[in-house]
Amino acid sequence: MREKTAVRFLRFQRVQEIGILFILLFLVVFLSIATPTFFTSTNIFNILRAFSWIAISAFGISMVIITGGIDLSVGSVMALSGLITAMMIKANLGVFLSILGGLFIGAFVGFINGFLVSKANLPPFVATLGTMSIARGFCYGLTGGWPVRELPRSFMFLGQYDIPLFGLGIPLPVVIMIILGIITSIFLNRTAWGYKIYAVGGNEQAANLSGINTGRVKLLVYTLCGFLTAIGGLLMTARLGVAAPTAASGYELDIIAAAVIGGTSLSGGEGTVLGVLIGAAIMQVLRTGMVLLGFPAYWQPSAIGAIIILAIIFDQYRKKRMGLLR
Amino acid sequence: MEPILRMEGISKAFPGVQALDKVDFEAYLGEVTALVGENGAGKSTLMKILSGAYKKDSGRIYLDGKRIELENPYHAQKLGISTIYQEFNLTPNQTVAANIFCNREPRKNGILGNLGFIDKEKMEREAKKLLDIIGADISPSQLVRNLSVAERQMVEIAKALSFKAKIIIMDEPTSALGPEEVEKLFKIIQQLKEQGIAVIFISHRLEEVFRIADRITVLRDGKLVGTMTRDSATPEKVINLMVNRPLSEMYGKQESAVKKDVVLEVRNLSKKGVIENVNFKLYKGEILGIAGLVGSGRTEMVRLIFGADKKDSGEIYLEGEKIEINSPEDAVRFGIGLVPEDRQNQGLILKLAVRENIGISILDRLKRKITVDRKKLTEIAQNFVGRLNIKTPSLLQKALYLSGGNQQKVVLAKWLALNPKVLILDEPTRGIDVGAKVEVHMIINQLAKSGIGIIMISSEMPEVIAMSDRILVMNEGKIVAEFNREEATQEKIMAYAAGHKS
Repeated sequence: MREKTAVRFLRFQRVQEIGILFILLFLVVFLSIATPTFFTSTNIFNILRAFSWIAISAFGISMVIITGGIDLSVGSVMALSGLITAMMIKANLGVFLSILGGLFIGAFVGFINGFLVSKANLPPFVATLGTMSIARGFCYGLTGGWPVRELPRSFMFLGQYDIPLFGLGIPLPVVIMIILGIITSIFLNRTAWGYKIYAVGGNEQAANLSGINTGRVKLLVYTLCGFLTAIGGLLMTARLGVAAPTAASGYELDIIAAAVIGGTSLSGGEGTVLGVLIGAAIMQVLRTGMVLLGFPAYWQPSAIGAIIILAIIFDQYRKKRMGLLR
Repeated sequence: MEPILRMEGISKAFPGVQALDKVDFEAYLGEVTALVGENGAGKSTLMKILSGAYKKDSGRIYLDGKRIELENPYHAQKLGISTIYQEFNLTPNQTVAANIFCNREPRKNGILGNLGFIDKEKMEREAKKLLDIIGADISPSQLVRNLSVAERQMVEIAKALSFKAKIIIMDEPTSALGPEEVEKLFKIIQQLKEQGIAVIFISHRLEEVFRIADRITVLRDGKLVGTMTRDSATPEKVINLMVNRPLSEMYGKQESAVKKDVVLEVRNLSKKGVIENVNFKLYKGEILGIAGLVGSGRTEMVRLIFGADKKDSGEIYLEGEKIEINSPEDAVRFGIGLVPEDRQNQGLILKLAVRENIGISILDRLKRKITVDRKKLTEIAQNFVGRLNIKTPSLLQKALYLSGGNQQKVVLAKWLALNPKVLILDEPTRGIDVGAKVEVHMIINQLAKSGIGIIMISSEMPEVIAMSDRILVMNEGKIVAEFNREEATQEKIMAYAAGHKS
């Protein structure tokens, strides 16, 4: 009896990833039939490019969420890292050094988040709510509210270059996203750190009593989240060709939603990179699809909000099933 | 005199255990009835049935001669049966008065009252009256979070009175109190008696029982084994009733594997208010039993050794060398493992598979360049699943779905994988069925034979006596006695554990 429910449950778990993949395919097929423009290579690559930076940051946040935490600062960090890089370029520090500077800032804010959570014992929500605002304030303060424009080609290349492959132009950000996805996946599933991340989220007390330094694990995931988010921020800035202090406002919501739709459990201990990738894709396909279908732009946030709620209800439902089995 | 409360033939079974077997119990108005017994004797279960928290399987309860069926704790409270739990049910950020009248706050007169506005003055006035009855000097407008443990307890008692309680159950009320606070509590209990209330007092501390109780009821293994007035009772008689049972044969005596070398030595270990100046040595291959009652500081002591809590002072020597343990991470690095009391919440990560749970303490050793060597991990896990006879359909099964005994074996496997020098076991067989228990005992014996030093906490007296080479008895955070296996008896251990001798 116990084993039977277990098997059924495991199958159910697997269905969760296949399930969202199915939703994605359904959306793609539906939009391909309903609109003439959806299933064109230009449009598909535009979608991929548009969600690449969200997905890259979502890889990071999913690690944070797997440890049972949350990071609200990702939107601000995206903007700040792009802005720092742009300002450094403008100060003639060279593109390479400027990129390093932007990435460092992202990792640094992440480190501060991790420090506040693991050493100062702040609830992750509160700590990152604070840094979200602090980082955004820096964006305005450093620029006086003006966007940084006219970035050099050599930087914009990162976001705009298409790699000619199989007769198609595959956007560089998409390639970077896929590479980072594979690295994150290996990191989570194959390294000792990854095992520890799942252990901390599964049961922090037991992980601690098994000799895992839970504070260090948290410090690591927040720092990595900041770092990955900065990569996303740079790609976004390079794509847009302008670093605005208001950039990526509200993106934290999209990023968290991508992770949660992708099956990352907000109570920790569960989540996969593939799921997150699919989650991010669903978000962007929905958004593009709504535009193509002529869904009024002003109503789009409501639709996306509704989808997030449905995803979380789904998550609760799964948890309840677990609770019943316990 | 007619009893206010009569419980007849109360039975209650949990999966795998008969917690209560046809127990009779009586309590009288204006009297204190003490309920005593070993850990797991069924005291708490009986009282939880009386307070409506558990449903009985069979039996009858009469209150004031009328048969009652308790539906839930609130129902019991309304009938006049209130319980003061060890962990208080108070909201720290509300006032004393608001806590006492929680969900029954007096309303303002007129329309405001109908809208739900509360008459705060009246509530605080009423609260003050109740607090005065028990002689508690607490302001009703104070926030509960600013109160001491003893004061919170008084608030709970006042709350019980506000329900016009006829019966007040106190579950280990003195366990968290200092000596002066205990005196105060006893005065309050005296007040309650004078108010004509029946008090049921659950305690491990016989000395207190003999001071306060008018009547003593003893439970053992879920059965009523004796009830007597205080005047006809002696501590020896009560201890005998509590522990007297044949050593069951399941604890096969094994030859001792103790070697001469000290593997672990603890010197002057202290933590204020928890552990006082603990000293002991553990030899290679030795099973050192730690006996004592719940709350005697056993778990706290091993957590200090393991680095799970911070010690105030004390030194730990491993194989003669002084070591600094500031976190479980350090302890694991030195080769010390801890199988915690609460397997599900502290021992295992239920969401993870059996294989990952077994490998969790040795992840860093399984590194192959940057990744974890999964083949090796699988091999190790497979080896322990075979050696410890862990029943699981696959290594990838989540720990959640294993039975209690198999879960415990997974926790043991985790530490064996580490190849430890010292293994601390906190209640290693609690809540697992008899078959698995025997297996766990065999594993422990094998480990000792292989030269590991083992510290085993157990509340099951026969287990401690049969398994240990040496037994330390703890009471109130101190080691109060040490016995060799030959000289240890349940009576002797209980006498020290209950603080009757020291």
